[in-house]
Amino acid sequence: MSLESYKTEGFFDELFASDGVPHPAASGLVEQLDALSRADLKRRQKQAEDILYQSGNTFNVYGDKKGTEKILPFDIIPRLVSAADWDKLERGINQRIRALNLFIQDIYNDQKILKDKVIPAELIFSSACYLKPCEGLSPPKGVWTHISGTDFVRDGDGEFYVLEDNLRCPSGISYVLENRAVQKRILPKAFQTLKVRPVSNYGDHLYKTLKFIAPEGKDEPNIVVLTPGIYNSAYFEHAYLAQQMGVPLCQNSDLVVEDDTVYMRTTQGLKQVDVIYRRIDDEFIDPQVFRKDSLLGVPGIMNAYRKGKVALANAPGTGIADDKAVYAYVPKIVKYYLGEDAIAQNVPTYICEDDKDRDYVLANLDKLVVKAVNLSGGYGMLIGPKSTRAEQKEFAEKIRAKPRDYIAQPTLSLSRAPTLIGNGIEGRHVDFRPYSLFGEDVFTLPGGLTRVALKKGSLVVNSSQGGGSKDTWVLGEENYYGVAE
Amino acid sequence: MMLSRVANSIYWMSRYLERAENVARFIDVNTHLMLDLGLSVEETQWYPLIATSGDDEDFNKRYATADEKSIVRFLTFDDKNPNSILSSIYRARENARTVREVIPVEVWEKINELYHLTQAHSRKRSVEALQAYYTEVRQSGTHFAGMMINAMSRGDGWHFARMGQLLERADKTARLLDVKYFLLLPRGEQVDSPYDNVQWGAVLKSVNALEMYRQEYHSINYRDVTQFLLFSRLFPRSVRFSLDYATVCMEAICEKKPQCTALNDMKALRARLMEADATALIASGLHEFIDEYQLGLNRLDQSVYETFFKD
Repeated sequence: MSLESYKTEGFFDELFASDGVPHPAASGLVEQLDALSRADLKRRQKQAEDILYQSGNTFNVYGDKKGTEKILPFDIIPRLVSAADWDKLERGINQRIRALNLFIQDIYNDQKILKDKVIPAELIFSSACYLKPCEGLSPPKGVWTHISGTDFVRDGDGEFYVLEDNLRCPSGISYVLENRAVQKRILPKAFQTLKVRPVSNYGDHLYKTLKFIAPEGKDEPNIVVLTPGIYNSAYFEHAYLAQQMGVPLCQNSDLVVEDDTVYMRTTQGLKQVDVIYRRIDDEFIDPQVFRKDSLLGVPGIMNAYRKGKVALANAPGTGIADDKAVYAYVPKIVKYYLGEDAIAQNVPTYICEDDKDRDYVLANLDKLVVKAVNLSGGYGMLIGPKSTRAEQKEFAEKIRAKPRDYIAQPTLSLSRAPTLIGNGIEGRHVDFRPYSLFGEDVFTLPGGLTRVALKKGSLVVNSSQGGGSKDTWVLGEENYYGVAE
Repeated sequence: MMLSRVANSIYWMSRYLERAENVARFIDVNTHLMLDLGLSVEETQWYPLIATSGDDEDFNKRYATADEKSIVRFLTFDDKNPNSILSSIYRARENARTVREVIPVEVWEKINELYHLTQAHSRKRSVEALQAYYTEVRQSGTHFAGMMINAMSRGDGWHFARMGQLLERADKTARLLDVKYFLLLPRGEQVDSPYDNVQWGAVLKSVNALEMYRQEYHSINYRDVTQFLLFSRLFPRSVRFSLDYATVCMEAICEKKPQCTALNDMKALRARLMEADATALIASGLHEFIDEYQLGLNRLDQSVYETFFKD
């Protein structure tokens, strides 16, 4: 009933192969949803919002301490990923992360890939994310990118493309876990019917990953999460992860470095810290080494790290591998280090630093998406087909002035997913960010954050610009070993 | 063992919640006193609540009259009054937010819910319209305490939370006794008159002490109520009980700490309380004793800060 008049309107749809015909993997869910009246769906939607509001994961709307608070919009119609699609995604992500990890190790040490001229050396050394203080460093167990989130979009052909590698401090995992907890309460029957793979053990996996990189001889390492503090927009997530692992959540004022050893201030005096999952960006982490004006960092922490007294996750310096200009070279990076073809596809990317590419970009600004290489959150972006002449002119000037700072990609026809809008269900564009952990092995959590652009026709899924989220159900094989949660 | 900052936050989370609950109790006791005195609306006195709170200076600066409306506003929803219910709940929540990883999730959700409830009621102006809200604040305090008792491991986190609650309670129960001191008695009745005893009943009721009191003393009078609320060894809101158990908590915290100045200060304050005697106090001035005792509590709080929280 509720999905009767749903139209795909020519877009690749996450639930429907064509109007009225669900994808084989989605037929069970569509059947369940269709059995609910619209009023019932609305009621469940309201219930989900109430639960999320109660949980207190809210942000102030007006920045006023007594102001109205809101949750990140959540849509109760889940997004599905079939077992076959997931299998390919997982292999693609794992391969990509291994290769990028070898790349970072190489860049800060032997620089073979530059000597072999696979990537132009200027591209690396001109990057704001290349950190000179990391030269010659090899992090514990050779792992740099312990925690990452890979952004995918799906084009009109149904193929998943990597849009971005987030290798610094990717956020959003708490939404994955919280959305799932709510979703199970809201659509329990549908959840039971489909074989949905579990995500709730993420905290265990994270803890194991962090324990793995502890300095030698630390069998019961003291692991902490480091947050910039309560005013950071991801503070909820920092507290949530500390809670999931049962470890202290520290602010910089809780930590002190003495004799190249990191300690935390406790009610019983100083206690040594062995592993830090830091949610503070590289440039702010140590004012003695990076930005001198940082008030969030811990002075001396880089020395402790260099001497192997403390492990940092992620390792400082990983940003060089998710620079958007370096992104264009990832397929070559995979080939170079692993001798394999990249399983996960890149979106074709024009590097404005390259003369030929730049001429093409400037001539086609109305068709392309232009992105600043070092900004995220949907900022510093031009969506050609939706832009005005004036905006295109502004970007043309920016690109000419600082070509290294921009890349461009063709505008993809992002896939859509049925979403509860007002009193009906309409298609809205979505992306997908699965999360990976790299310790003894690469583990990608079978799930992820599906962000949805709630504004009609919009391609921008960022929460700062009208985006919401959906729970993502990765389906198991018919004989999948795991029992649904 | 826990981070000093976290210990500080958990201590204050608990203190602020106890504070909010006690302000609701104060308003409740005053409402009953007014009714029991049979005062007309014009004669109603709300100023004693301000005088007892110690925030009279701030109030007089910002409010022209001390009527029900202004006092309800000042004590309940005034965000410039650091001790109003709203401010206390706001700060309890901010503190809870920074210790979310060490408290049961339901505790956080309860505090969060109370905050939103407070926002929802904040346009109301009269005690009558707010009765359900004040009841809710008191019940939330009970709910919070119950969740802590049933779901919090008895480690440092628990001890700091409980100590914060008890030190706040030691302070507020004493102040509650003081409310009647400031009340102008228009009909000139004597101590131990039937009127007087009814009023002391209202004081007992506001701390849920009436039944326990009766079991011990059977009938109500000034001396026994003072004795009970200050010195009862068994009643969990008495000043003595609060200090006894705050000491137990601090002893547990100090077990693995070499220097624990605050523990000596707490024991000294408790000893001073134990030396006092209700009958003598009433003769020499209960109000003066409570004033001095509160200064002692403030000094203790400073000592707790320096012993455990300061870097």
